[in-house]
Amino acid sequence: MKLIKKLWMLVLLSIVPALALANTTVHLDAAPGSLSDKASLQRGAQFFVANCLACHNAAYMRYNRLMDIGMSEEEVRKLLPEGSKLGSTMKAMMDSESAKAAFGVAPPDLSVEARARGTDWLYTYLRSFYTDTTRPSGVNNLVFPMVAMPNILGPLQGEQALEVEKHEGGHEVKTLKLVTPGSMSTKDYDATVADLVNYLDFMSEPAKLVRYKLGYIVLGFLFLLLILTYLLKKEFWKDVH
Amino acid sequence: MKLLKNLLGWVDDRFPLIETWKFHLSEYYAPKNFNFWYFFGSLALLVLVIQILSGVFLTMSYKPDALFAFASVEYIMRDVQWGWLIRYVHSTGASMFFVVVYLHIFRGMLYGSYRKPRELLWIIGVIIYLALMAEAFMGYLLPWGQMSFWGAQVIVNLFSSVPFVGPDLSVLIRGDYVISDATLNRFFALHVIAVPLVLAGLVFVHLIALHHVGSNNPDGIEIKKNKGADGHPVDGIPFFPYMVVKDIVAVVLFLIVFCSIVFFAPDIGGYFLEANNFVPANPMQTPAHIAPVWYFTPYYAILRAVPPLFGSQFPGVIAMGIGSVAILFLPWLDRGAVKSIRYRGPIFKAFLAAYVVSFLGLGLLGTLPASPTFTLISQVLSVVYFAFFILMPWYTKIDKCKPEPDRLTFK
Repeated sequence: MKLIKKLWMLVLLSIVPALALANTTVHLDAAPGSLSDKASLQRGAQFFVANCLACHNAAYMRYNRLMDIGMSEEEVRKLLPEGSKLGSTMKAMMDSESAKAAFGVAPPDLSVEARARGTDWLYTYLRSFYTDTTRPSGVNNLVFPMVAMPNILGPLQGEQALEVEKHEGGHEVKTLKLVTPGSMSTKDYDATVADLVNYLDFMSEPAKLVRYKLGYIVLGFLFLLLILTYLLKKEFWKDVH
Repeated sequence: MKLLKNLLGWVDDRFPLIETWKFHLSEYYAPKNFNFWYFFGSLALLVLVIQILSGVFLTMSYKPDALFAFASVEYIMRDVQWGWLIRYVHSTGASMFFVVVYLHIFRGMLYGSYRKPRELLWIIGVIIYLALMAEAFMGYLLPWGQMSFWGAQVIVNLFSSVPFVGPDLSVLIRGDYVISDATLNRFFALHVIAVPLVLAGLVFVHLIALHHVGSNNPDGIEIKKNKGADGHPVDGIPFFPYMVVKDIVAVVLFLIVFCSIVFFAPDIGGYFLEANNFVPANPMQTPAHIAPVWYFTPYYAILRAVPPLFGSQFPGVIAMGIGSVAILFLPWLDRGAVKSIRYRGPIFKAFLAAYVVSFLGLGLLGTLPASPTFTLISQVLSVVYFAFFILMPWYTKIDKCKPEPDRLTFK
């Protein structure tokens, strides 16, 4: 009886980590973006508003925060959908009910997606769609298997096919191969996704742009204060034996 | 100047202002040989103040409502002036509170600060620690992310494993059958009003008790036994200004560490702010891996190390509960002839080292998903953890201690 219970424990305990690691077995490419590259952030913002906002919300992000990455008021106004103001938040063109009807799930809000998933995950995910006719959307994803999102960037990237190399002991290596080229070269597409992910990183925490700068000033002040307080302490303790 | 003096006199006739100042600061004699370990008491007080101040400002913009909580945190992070800074100060403060308190507790264990006559001081301290855990646990629900929700779900479910009253007890805590808006509201009330009041009161009592019995020191001897002609301890020094100016240096050093985290790495790779908590709470979707924040993980690892009995998790819950209050009994478990580690024998040192390893090891294992190997290691470490306490009356008694000095030593 005890043995059976122990075996059960072993089985249960071995399933749990398998579940936990199921999403992370794919190698993630490092996202090449940098928040100090304002041009990249602006390209990413333009691309995001033109493409992602069709279905996704970024309900915590206000349009006027795009001025933080160096866009002028005029440029931001050009991106505004009809009826929106400069201080409006980024709402999807499609309402979430019809999106749910179309895709089966409501597309997630992308405001803080880069903090939840990480930039490397996003950068790899957006480049890992492949043709899979068993799926309603016609595509599957290496990083996010069975994802409901259709490959809307497919026309840019082209069609990819899954290639599975079987090694000894049941070990499989999955790679993607470009079958039909899209309107962009692989290099250009990767650069576009890098800009987009860079923007998503900024959008997930706009304060990041000032946080580091302010941090150096604060630490500089504290180091000066440390010297002064140390000298003060030494002065007081001179007469203590 | 004369006006000020008159005012002071007027107040002092009606309130023991000068007497209080003298008793607690200018004539409170602290041992001269305080070292690094003695900074963490005043630093804990500093973090309490930081948490209360930043918390007040967060409360002005936060909405304790399941529909708006997550959004209101993002509102603070984006639209409230300096909101991101206030929020990071508060979230970093929560973790740093535990860093400081764990070091403060360990100081007590190093130098035997829990021994007579400081037993009550120690007990009050342990209660502060427990209140702090409750405060942190309830505060963690408020951002209403996936980890907030599921972490609370797991922990509150532990209470339902208590025989007979368990299910009712967990409903009482949640105010519902699942974690919901009702839970969020009551946790907010407890986090913002009830527990902070208790904490402030306990900290006050902790300080009163400390100033009544006097501070211990790295030598573990009583400085009050050696008084000079002026009636003050020869090896003591007035807290104001000497200890105050010394503590200010420690405060600045601490703030350098604190601000480095706030400005450059507020998530600390997911240990202070977990990535999954940037996904709004979703009762329909269980995350693959639920781990509590780092300061609870040693006890969480103990919980997972104990196998269920008749399908009930209760033995693990009991072990976890005893594990977290075990230090309460130290004053009566320790039979050593001396207080300070400086004069203890090799056996105590070995047990204390093993205890530290087990606590840190369990803390690490608690953050990782369980696997058979990890569970086995957790079980071994849990045994070590409890052995430190259970065997203490025996090993402290047979340990060969060195003689204590009559006066403080300085190294």
